[in-house]
Parts: sequence; structure tokens; C-alpha cells
Amino acid sequence: MAKLIFLWLKCLVSCCIVEAVFEDQVGKFDWRQQYVGKIRFSHFDSHVQSSKKVLMATEKNVFAALNTRTGELFWRHVDKTGPEGNIDAFLLHGQDALLVVGNGRLLRSWDISVGGLNWEVVLDSGSFQSACLIGQQDTVKHVAVLKKTVISVHYLSNGHQKWIENLPESENIDYQALYSGGNGEVYVLGIVPHSHIAIVVYSMEDGEIIKQTSVEAPWLSNIQTSCAVVGQGMITCVDSLTMSLYTLDMHTQSKMTQIPLQSLGLEVTPHFHPVLVSHQPNAAHQPLSEFLLQLGPEHHLLLQLNSGQMVVLRDFKPALLASFATAGEKTVTAVMSPKNKTACSLSLFNAETGRRLLDTTQFLSIDPNVGKPESIYVQAFLKKDDSVSYRVLVQTEDHTLTFIHLPGRVMWTREEALSEVVTMEMVELPLTGTQAELEGEFGKKADGLLSMVLKRLSSQLILLQAWVSHLWKLFYDARKPRSQVKNEISIENLSRDEFNLQKMMVMVTASGKLYCLTVVKILSLLNFPSPSKLFGIDSKTGSILWKQYLNNVPSNAAFKLMVQRTTAHFPHPPQCTLLIKDKDTGLATLHVFNPIFGKKSHITPPALTQPILQSLMLPLMDQDYAKVLLLIDDQYKVTAFPSSKNVLQQLQETASFIFFYLMDSSQGRLSGYRLRMDLSTEQIWEVIIPTEIQKVVTVKGKRSNEHVHSQGRVMGDRSVLYKYLNPNLLAVVTESTDVHQERSFIGILLIDGVTGRIIHEAVQRKAKGPVHVVHSENWVVYEYWSTKSRRNEFSVIELYEGMELYNSTVFSSLDRPHAPHVLQQSYIFPSAISAMEATLTEKGITSRHLLIGLPSGGILSLPKMFLDPRRPEIVSEQSREENLIPYAPELLIRTEWFINYNQSVSRVRGIHTAPSGLESTCLVVAYGLDIYQTRVYPSKQFDVLKDDYDYMLISSVLFALFFATMISKRLAEVKLLNRAWR
Amino acid sequence: MALPLSSKITIIFSIFTILSTRFVSCNNGRRLNNDPLEAEFNSFSVPLEHSFEVDDVANFEVRGALVLKAGREPSVSLAQQQLSEYDRAKLKEVAAVDGLYRIRVPRVLLQADRQTERLMDGHLTAFVRACAMVESHLSDVITLHTDVAGHLIGVSIVTIPGACRGSEVEDEVDLEAFNTTLSIMAPVNAPGPETALFLERMELETEKKGKNPQEQKSFFAKYWYLILGGAIFLMVSNSAQPPAGGEREQS
Repeated sequence: MAKLIFLWLKCLVSCCIVEAVFEDQVGKFDWRQQYVGKIRFSHFDSHVQSSKKVLMATEKNVFAALNTRTGELFWRHVDKTGPEGNIDAFLLHGQDALLVVGNGRLLRSWDISVGGLNWEVVLDSGSFQSACLIGQQDTVKHVAVLKKTVISVHYLSNGHQKWIENLPESENIDYQALYSGGNGEVYVLGIVPHSHIAIVVYSMEDGEIIKQTSVEAPWLSNIQTSCAVVGQGMITCVDSLTMSLYTLDMHTQSKMTQIPLQSLGLEVTPHFHPVLVSHQPNAAHQPLSEFLLQLGPEHHLLLQLNSGQMVVLRDFKPALLASFATAGEKTVTAVMSPKNKTACSLSLFNAETGRRLLDTTQFLSIDPNVGKPESIYVQAFLKKDDSVSYRVLVQTEDHTLTFIHLPGRVMWTREEALSEVVTMEMVELPLTGTQAELEGEFGKKADGLLSMVLKRLSSQLILLQAWVSHLWKLFYDARKPRSQVKNEISIENLSRDEFNLQKMMVMVTASGKLYCLTVVKILSLLNFPSPSKLFGIDSKTGSILWKQYLNNVPSNAAFKLMVQRTTAHFPHPPQCTLLIKDKDTGLATLHVFNPIFGKKSHITPPALTQPILQSLMLPLMDQDYAKVLLLIDDQYKVTAFPSSKNVLQQLQETASFIFFYLMDSSQGRLSGYRLRMDLSTEQIWEVIIPTEIQKVVTVKGKRSNEHVHSQGRVMGDRSVLYKYLNPNLLAVVTESTDVHQERSFIGILLIDGVTGRIIHEAVQRKAKGPVHVVHSENWVVYEYWSTKSRRNEFSVIELYEGMELYNSTVFSSLDRPHAPHVLQQSYIFPSAISAMEATLTEKGITSRHLLIGLPSGGILSLPKMFLDPRRPEIVSEQSREENLIPYAPELLIRTEWFINYNQSVSRVRGIHTAPSGLESTCLVVAYGLDIYQTRVYPSKQFDVLKDDYDYMLISSVLFALFFATMISKRLAEVKLLNRAWR
Repeated sequence: MALPLSSKITIIFSIFTILSTRFVSCNNGRRLNNDPLEAEFNSFSVPLEHSFEVDDVANFEVRGALVLKAGREPSVSLAQQQLSEYDRAKLKEVAAVDGLYRIRVPRVLLQADRQTERLMDGHLTAFVRACAMVESHLSDVITLHTDVAGHLIGVSIVTIPGACRGSEVEDEVDLEAFNTTLSIMAPVNAPGPETALFLERMELETEKKGKNPQEQKSFFAKYWYLILGGAIFLMVSNSAQPPAGGEREQS
């Protein structure tokens, strides 16, 4: 037994890599950026005068507080995704923030100073309608929640329910709004569409119905969108059909008063639904009698309703956005109006008089790369001289948050689009000018001996000059104090580092934004639901180097980002192509850009008139070193991009070797095609998986930039087991349509993408998805949920050719008649997973790890060695020789395997890996709500000398040895001479 | 002549009798044993078609008939004709221009009860390079794949050897008859985690541990020396410390 344990330890020590970082390494190679998403509700903390907090509840189900000075997060609470964690309402009262979550399932109170939970109560079932704070005699002690059929009132202090009442006639009346004027009464407004409004008044004390009235309103269909309570309990509604405002005093009147807009000299923009905004600065008091009315996309009005009299205080035209804000006793209206295409102005107006306040106008420039402003949140405050000043948080269409301080000074911006990264690529940074100069020499065609010599001499001179200037800079910098030497990263000084550890990350976000960051940076490309944005991020620091907002991107677009030309082909600029495809129509557009600078390329992409089925990147290059992108449309015709003569000629030559596959998951049809000379295609194979039984969920090929260093594995008896390394292999994962836990299954098909040959077909019974798959080298790893044992399980399939290689020089799918040996083993995994990817290195020598994103926020680096179907159940001499770990059904999660130590990454959706210039190092980016970038060393840093490497010792030893040899040589000579004399 | 005539009649008659008895016995056989009938009912045949054209436009012709037998362990056999003179020439021509040799089978459901339910629309196709077909002397391996419910989902064809080396082939001898290896494959059940075996092994180990006399010794028997050493150390340190402390206080 002791022997066994010892062996185990030996095994583990020899093969496992401790991934932990030292304390002083934290943040040295990695960075994290935390995001919150698009704002749904936002309030400034006005409780304390000097507060620096802005609170926000977002579409991503996140509740967070930001520092208004820096834009950093104070704290953040991430709730469940989907409707379960949806934030329905957000009310702020003093120190307490009240949130209704999950369609009225929970009512929570948070302490905003520290972000702690005060209390949480589970509300009765029923869909949520509205919530409001209820004040009484100048204090606010209760909160009311209106649901479809009931109204409940809770204490603010502990969440206990004060009373709950069923709403009368709730089957007919659609109760939509709540109002409380601070006099101990709760008004519930309901509607029977196109008939009447029902008003029920409850007593605050015991929930007794005080009054119940109904008012004719045949023109009204929805209270929430058309009405607001203004002043002393006046319901004010706007109707675009009758072009009128309607008012009703809830206390006294029983009929609505119609005020035609024409009588006020106003007009509604056609096809625009007018919006009313009222403002209640304090829940214990009545709302203001002033309100905002929006009549068109760029037309706002400030109106006043005073004892039944409607007065237009100010007409804002043109005005993009308008909003109320309160500072102390003063309420102001902030209005943003467009100035020209790139700028707009922001001013404050006194809400009671409509007069413009002095010294409050500021101009902001609008970057065309961020889109139009969508909403503004104003923080007004009183200065020492009692005048009102303000700061404003602007959210633009691309989900960028900008915080602006008077006079037009941008304090910070946050790219919230980066919380929705859909796809990304890492691009190498360009060479420096001198490196490029040298490279350029090789790229040129030879033109005479003399000119070549001159060229070489000139480039050497340039190098010398650069070196001298570098030395001078070093000398100059050395004299400055260290703190002043800044390592600012800008587009100008972007250049590749020695080991290519710094890369550009291009990220596409669902909002349609392309970002660019570098690996000691990232280029990120972001994209939002309807607009679209690209980002470039530097992967060393995570700073955004450029961003680009793509307009006119369909809301349900699918994106594919491809690097057509890397930076290696100086003087040709690198080139990336983003394929944007409308999922419904299949119509696609191409966006071609330079990934380093984010500029749109002058190359015009082909116009794609037909829906696109498939795109593929060929290793072929045109004369400008751009890889050829093929797009297959629904007529099975192929469009090449770029489509120069050179490319077409190459395509014709190689057409019969270009194969591709199409997957139609609605019919379960997987078919293979071959390119013809005339760029049409022919179908050559077809596999049909009946959709009644199972549906295809994923088709996963191997990554094209993957290298496999060793062709086989050395066995215990020194023979070699050769891997089946088919670059065309596809892993097709299916899920059964039958979801019964006894009959559900997951199917794994390994299909050769060229010949359509089914290499292996397996079913995992009593299992269901979601399935995560990684396909690399000669193995496929997938994770599923076992319905029988109710746990997550991993399974690994490895393919081997056997002890002999069929054709060792080249792999051809067309000539590999023997089916590979298939080995499979499964393991229990103690956690669910949210994303999975394998590490990737330059030459594939380094052992592989699986990077697993866990829902807990950890990113686990699991050595592939633990997922090896050759792990023996009974240890033998041979398996020991081979360093195989004995089989254990459970894969343990060890804390030292977490590569992101305490830097949790929320809601990981994807992990991207890229090789660096160092074989030992793989660059990793995990994205989800947060973005985390780091490096991993799956086989430790075998090709790097440690920081504390003792150069002194080694050189002194070398010198000592050298002198010792010299001296001993001399001595030996003398001795020989003496002996000869003797 | 009369005699030979009558003998002829007898001969004919006897043949007739033999025939009739055979017929009867056949009949009997059918009545007695129902299995062959069922087997015939369960098995059915679908055409295996192939196409090889110089211009690569698929034009499928019948190559043979696949006889599929449904059941727990589905099996398949193939009856196919030889290639005609014309086809042989054409195949060689296609091989010369590096055309494709394609095969296809109709989609079928093996486990259906009625013939009408078996056939589904659509075909499954696969291909191999025509030159490989020629150079392997028509020796191919065809595999039919089914899913869990017995639907045919794919067909694959490879030739052995699979390479095209451009070697000469005599069409009369080598390209006459197909030498086909045929199989039908159902999906394999992927293994789950092997907990039972692992637990068994663990139990065995603990048992072994239990039997080991060294492990069975009592706590004191095992660690007496540590306890003794600890006790001595305590005693020594206790006796040494007070004077030291006292001295310090005094000074």
C-alpha cells in the first residue's frame, strides 16, 4: 500500500504542474475588467451630500454601484441570468435600495453604502406590475408592490408584510400603476382597455378600501405608457389619436377633462407615441405639478398643470433627451439638444419657471464610433453659493457610459458593450519600423547585386541609428526618477515584443462594437443587439486602443471574425474580416478592417446578394498575402474574397482538393461538397440524421492553427502507438428529442469532413445537454449531464492508428482505408461548467490542458493527462513506465489549478486561447460579463530562465573554470618540460 | 417397341412422382417450420447504386441489391453483378481524369413493421476516387451506419489499398467482379464512469490493509516510541526552564 501511495505521489509530482501564482505576480501577467451591462434603472446616491455613488440595475441582471469619480465598481451583485434574475423595479430611499426581482418573485433591500443585503422576502406568486414607496406625514416607511391580482405593503425596515389585499374584479381590470401622495392613501390604477379607468384607494393603515371609482376613458389602452400622476393627484394622460391631453383629479372628479394639444399650439410627430414624464422628488410628498412631454423624437416640452390650467413653460426643440433632477429643494430639467453632427449641448432649466440656469450649458462631442445618446441620468447638486450644478451620466446606443462634469469634461467612460463579447481573435502586433525595414528587404524581388548591397547597407545604417537612439533614450530615462518613466501604450508605439506575448485582441460584441485591446493587450470587437460595435484591446493592459461602431447590423446577427492577413507581411497592412449574417434571412455583409488601427479597409468586399450558408478560410494566399475567404451561397455558388485573377487561377488549379461541408440542423442533413473549376460546387456525400430521434447541436472541427508535435505515444514497452491525426475530422454532437430521463441520450459522431465517412458513432445513454465539446489533436472531450446519476460527467475519446502508420509522410482523407482504434473513458466532474477550451501553443510540444470556466467564476486548468482513456484500472509495470495515472472515476478540482486565483470571472461564455512566441506559454482570454486575460504554462516555463537566475554564479564559475584550465595547461606544460630534461 | 414405350412411361411417371414428393416435402417443411418465413419477412432488399461519369454529373445505376435483415443484430448482404465491358472502359476513363466513383443507398428504417414505413425519401451518398477503385481491383469496403432507432444515417466506402499510384490494371481480369466487404454498424454505447470497479478495488485494498498485521497493532504499540520521546522531552524541558526563568528575574 505504501508503495502504491508513493507511486501515486511520484506520478503526480512528475506530471502535474502547480499553476499557482506568487503574491508578487498578481496582476503582472493578467488583468480583469468587470462590467455591468446596459443600464435599465439608475439612481444617484443623494443621501449624503458628498456621495460618490451611482447605483444601477442593468439588463444583465446586475445591481452595482460605481464610483462617480473614477468609474470603477464599488460593489456588484450578479443575479441569475434570464427572467429569474430580471430586475423589475428599483426604488431608492436614503440608504436603502429596494429591488423587485424575477417578475415579482423577490423583494430585496440593499444597504448601498457597503452593498450588503438588508433583507429579502419572497412575494406571493403573480406577475409584477408596479412598485412604489409610500410616505406618510413626511416619512417613508413602507413599500407597496402591485401584482396582477394582489397588492401588498411591506415595512422598509425589515421587509415584513404589513397587509395584503386582493384587488377587486381583477379578472376584468388590468391593474397597472400605483401612486401615493404621502397622505396615507395608496391609489391603484387599473384599466379596462378602451373602456374605463378603475381607481381603488386603500387605506395605508389596514388595507381597507376607502374609495372605488371608475372613469370613462374609451381612448386609453395602457396606463403605464400614456399616463402619469402630476401635482395634487392629477392623472394626466396623452393620446396621439385624439391629439389631446386628458386630466383627472383623483380626489374630486369623475370625468376626464380633455385639453386638445392644438389649443396649446402643439402637434405630435406622425407615428410617434407621445411620452409623459412626471417627477416625484420625495415619496412622502406629492409629485411636482410640472412634467415633461415628448411629442417627437427631437421634441420635448416642459408643461405645468396648475389648478386645471395647462401651461407650456418651455418648448425644447430640437432636444434629444430631457430629464428631471433634484438638488435639495430645487428641481431642474436637464435637456440635451443636438448642435451639429459631432456635438450636442446640455443645459439646465429651472423646472418651475422653465428658465435657463446660468453657467450650466456645456458642449459634448459625440464620437461617431459610439452612436447616439440613448438616455441621460443627471446628478444635480447645490454649490456653496446655492446655485445648482450638475454631472451627467450619458448612455449611448452602443452601451457606452460616459460621465461628464461641467464644463464638458469627460470624467470617465465605460464600454459596457464588452459585457457581451460574442467572438474574438488575437492578432500579432506589427513589427517596429526597423524590424520591418529588415523584413522588407527579404520581401523585395532581387534587382541586381549592387542595389541589393546598397539596400543592405542602408538598412544596417538605419538599424545602427535606431540602436544609438535607443541607447540615448535609455541613458536619458535613467536620469529621470523612476515614477516619471511611463509606459504608455498608444497606437504609435505598438510593436511586437521579444516573445510575442503582447497581442491585439479584436472583440465583436453583441451590440455591434469592435474593440481592440493588446496581450499585454487586447483588441476587442464588441457588438450589441441592433447596433454593432468593434473594439480593439491591448492584451497586456487591457486598454482599449480603438473602437468602431457598426450601424445597420441586424438584431439577430451571427458573427464570424477571420484574420485574412497577419502582420507578418510588411508592407501590406494586416487585415481582418467580420462576416455579419442575419440569422433569419441568411443575408450577409462583410466588414473588412485593419485590426491594429481599426480603420476600415479601402478594399471593397464583394456584394453578397444571396443568403450565405457557409464560409471558409483557405490556406491559399493571393499575391498580397491575404488568405482567401470562400463564401457559399444558397445556390451552392462560391464567392471568393479577395477575387483577383491570381486567386481565381489558384482556385482553378486546386479546385478538386477543396472540399467543404454544410450542416442543415433543421433537417439533420450533413452534406459534403467539392469545388469545381468554374466556382460552382457539386455534392459528393450526404449523411442524414433523422430529426425525429435526435437533433444536431454542435459540429466542431479542429482549429486550423493547431500544431501537433509528436505523431505517437511511446508505450511502456518502447513501441509507439500512433495517433490518428485527421485534420478534417468533425465531431458532431446530437441530443435526443425524447427528454425523458430514462430514454434521453447524447450522440457523438466523428465524421471525416472530406469523404463523409463516419469514423465513430457512439451514444451516451441517460444523458442530456448542454454539451460542451473540445476537439483537438486526436481527441474529443465532451461534458454532459448524466440524468441517471444526476451529475456532470466528462468523457474523452481518443483515436489511434495503431502500432503502424499507414502513410507517415502526409495525411489524406481520401487514402486512409483503415478505421482508427477508438478508446473512450468517462469521469465524474464535481461541478457544472460554462465554457471549455484547450490550450494552444506555437509548436504543440507543450502538454495540453483544458481550460474550464466554472459557474462559480473560476477558470480551471485541468491537465489533459487526467482525461486519458488509457488510464489503467489496474496498475501494471508498463503503465507505470508510461506515466499513466491509475484510473479514478472522479476528477478532482484542485484549488491550485485555478488560473485566476481570486479574480472571479462572472458568467463565462467563452474562452479564447492563442499561442505566443514562447512555446511554453499560451495566452488565455475568458469573456462573459467580465473579461479576464492571463498566460498559462501547461508544462511550466521550460524555455525561460527564471527571474532569480544567478547569472553571476554561472559566469564566475565559467571564468574560474576557464582560468583553471589555462593554469593547469601551463602547469602541465612545465611538468612535461621538466620530465623531458630529466 | 411396346416394352420400351411402357418403360419410358414408367420413367416419366417415376420422375413425376419424385417431383411431386419433393414438392410435398417442401410444403411440409413450410408448414412445420415458420422461422424462414419470418426471416424473409424481416429481411428486405434495397438497391445499391453507383455512378461514375467523365463529366462528374451523377447518373446513378443499379450496382446490386443490399439485403438488410432487421432484428436485434441487423445484418446485411449484397448481391451484385459484374461490371459490363462498357462500364469497365468507362471506369478506367473516369479514373484517368481523376473523377469520382459514387455510391448511394436509399434511406431506410430497419426496425419498421411494415414495408411502407421502411423507405424514407432521400438517399445517402458517399464517394471514392475512381482511380483508387480501379487500382484496388474493385475491392472496396462498404459500411452502413444506423442510429439508435435503426435509421440508416450514412454510408461510407473505402478501397483497400486506398492510394492512387497510377499502376496499370488489366481490365479483363481485374475489373470484372466486385470484391466487397460489407458491414452494418450501430452506434456503440459510450462507457460511463467506472465507479463499481473502482469501489471494489478500494474495498480490496482496505481489506488488505485490515489483514496486514502491522496495521492492526494498537495505537500505543505503534507509536510508543513517539509518546515516550515526547514525555521525556516534556520532563526535560519542565525541569530545565524554572531555574532559567528565575535567574532572569533576579538579574
